[in-house]
Amino acid sequence: MAAPIRVDLQLIADMVEPGTRALDVGCGDGALLAHLMNAKRVDARGMELSQAGVNACVANGLSVIQGDADTDLRDYPDAAFDYVILSQTLQATREPRRVLEQMLRVGKHAIVSFPNFAHWQVRLRLVFGGRMPETASLPYKWYDTPNIHLCSIDDFRALCRTMGVRIERAIVLNSKSRRITLPPLLANLIGEQAVFMLRRD
Amino acid sequence: MLDDLTDAERKALAQCRHAILGVDRPLRLDCGVNLGPYRVAYQTYGTLNADKSNAVLVCHPLTCDQFVADRHPVTGKDGWWESLIGAGKVLDPARYFIICINVLGHCMGTTGPQAHDPATGQAWNLRFPVVTIGDMVRAQAALLDHLGIPDLFCVIGGSMGGMQVLEWAASYPRRVFSAVPIACAAHHSAQNIAFHEVGRQAIMADPEWKGGDYRLHQTNPARGLAVARMTAHITYLSEQALQRKFGRALQNRDALGFGFDADFQVESYLRHQGSTFVDRFDANSYLYITRAMDYFDLAGAHGDVLANAFRGTATRFCLMSFTSDWLFPTRETRAVVHALNAVAANVSFVEVDSDKGHDAFLLDEPEMFRTLSGFLKGAATVRGLGSVS
Repeated sequence: MAAPIRVDLQLIADMVEPGTRALDVGCGDGALLAHLMNAKRVDARGMELSQAGVNACVANGLSVIQGDADTDLRDYPDAAFDYVILSQTLQATREPRRVLEQMLRVGKHAIVSFPNFAHWQVRLRLVFGGRMPETASLPYKWYDTPNIHLCSIDDFRALCRTMGVRIERAIVLNSKSRRITLPPLLANLIGEQAVFMLRRD
Repeated sequence: MLDDLTDAERKALAQCRHAILGVDRPLRLDCGVNLGPYRVAYQTYGTLNADKSNAVLVCHPLTCDQFVADRHPVTGKDGWWESLIGAGKVLDPARYFIICINVLGHCMGTTGPQAHDPATGQAWNLRFPVVTIGDMVRAQAALLDHLGIPDLFCVIGGSMGGMQVLEWAASYPRRVFSAVPIACAAHHSAQNIAFHEVGRQAIMADPEWKGGDYRLHQTNPARGLAVARMTAHITYLSEQALQRKFGRALQNRDALGFGFDADFQVESYLRHQGSTFVDRFDANSYLYITRAMDYFDLAGAHGDVLANAFRGTATRFCLMSFTSDWLFPTRETRAVVHALNAVAANVSFVEVDSDKGHDAFLLDEPEMFRTLSGFLKGAATVRGLGSVS
């Protein structure tokens, strides 16, 4: 069977029905793609910004192209995939709302995971430390971070409301990558990252 | 049909297979002419498996031919893609049945301008119909029909070979399980056409060309063909590669000669490239094959929308380009990738970092081999060809 993958990737994989078509935007080293292909017989494709990442994926037999979430989703036709996945990348896009719109156009479902900027550690570091937060899921200095559009879980829910997007599933993980079930206000405090499955309403 | 051979063709056909096609049903060319019968020369490596699922078609570029992985019958040199094809290599004949077909209009055994027109019994020369990349591919498909090969596990090629791969994928999508176009484009650019035109004019300006009837006059437009080759060869290399290889180094001398001998190593190198080329290539064939590349415009053939060429395709694509290739730059490959995305095709695209220019695809490029090996492994698994040992 397939080797174990990162917890948040496993959560995403669990949302994908076997035998479907999926596009992983920002697929990195292709761990999720390989898992979807091998464990769930998914026709899985990838897009990755770094050429080195792309080359490594293709050398491993994965279907991956070099591309940018902000600009290259436009090429795909409507509903080309059952799922369009964006894991830990939304906060690094120039126009997150546009990217989400494109994902929901190209895919019947969009699956998005992102770090929660309202996590209590982040809040503490900013409020009491007086410095830009650096945490396990946000390990960058303010001047070299690729994360230019950070948001909280509640911010993301609000954007979904504004866009008229239906939230099909929402999973919140604590800093030990364990799933937590709490009321939204607390989830936004305790959750370190979140995974959402969306569809157009 | 075997009475009209050049020496090179005679040597080639003695070392490869050939078929006479188009006897009952001629090949309808894009220019409207029906061609038949015509000869197709090809080379094979390995064995076709029982369910005929392991055939790989290698499409050769402009100046290469079917001797992709064995000693060339005219030059005695190794096959032009032995870095890729052979025992233990990415394309191993122990695993795949590899076919390489001399393209229509060429000069290594397949019918071209040097052949005789069956209607007149005279050499075609410039009366040979202008052929296209599409015609070449249709002739290849006719050979596969003749050989009883229903479809191909993979069609692979670089440069003009890559154009054929794209044409195969567009014209015969159900016969192409996977396609690997390398260092190519869906059309020839103005600059590409311009360089080819310089080459053709060099040939036609040679007084020994005689309007294409040089064999009749027992002359040889070798100087014109050599200049054409020299011009083209520059386009195959990057500026960095030329500079690294030669710089301003002098050839067999310590000081400038104040004359027009080959003072510089780069001149000597180009002259050598030109003079050896004429031994294995036919001047009229050079006109026809470069014309075929110039005419290639896959979008133009599909309502000016490249994506239309691939609509509904189930073929798995792997495209590759090289950073220093200015003849077929990465943006041309990217345009094909965009078109394939527009039809949600299964596509991989890798740009290989190399300073060797267009010729990189013929050279030892580990990143290209790694990419190909991974892509083929993935495709073979889906095809049910079993795991690579």
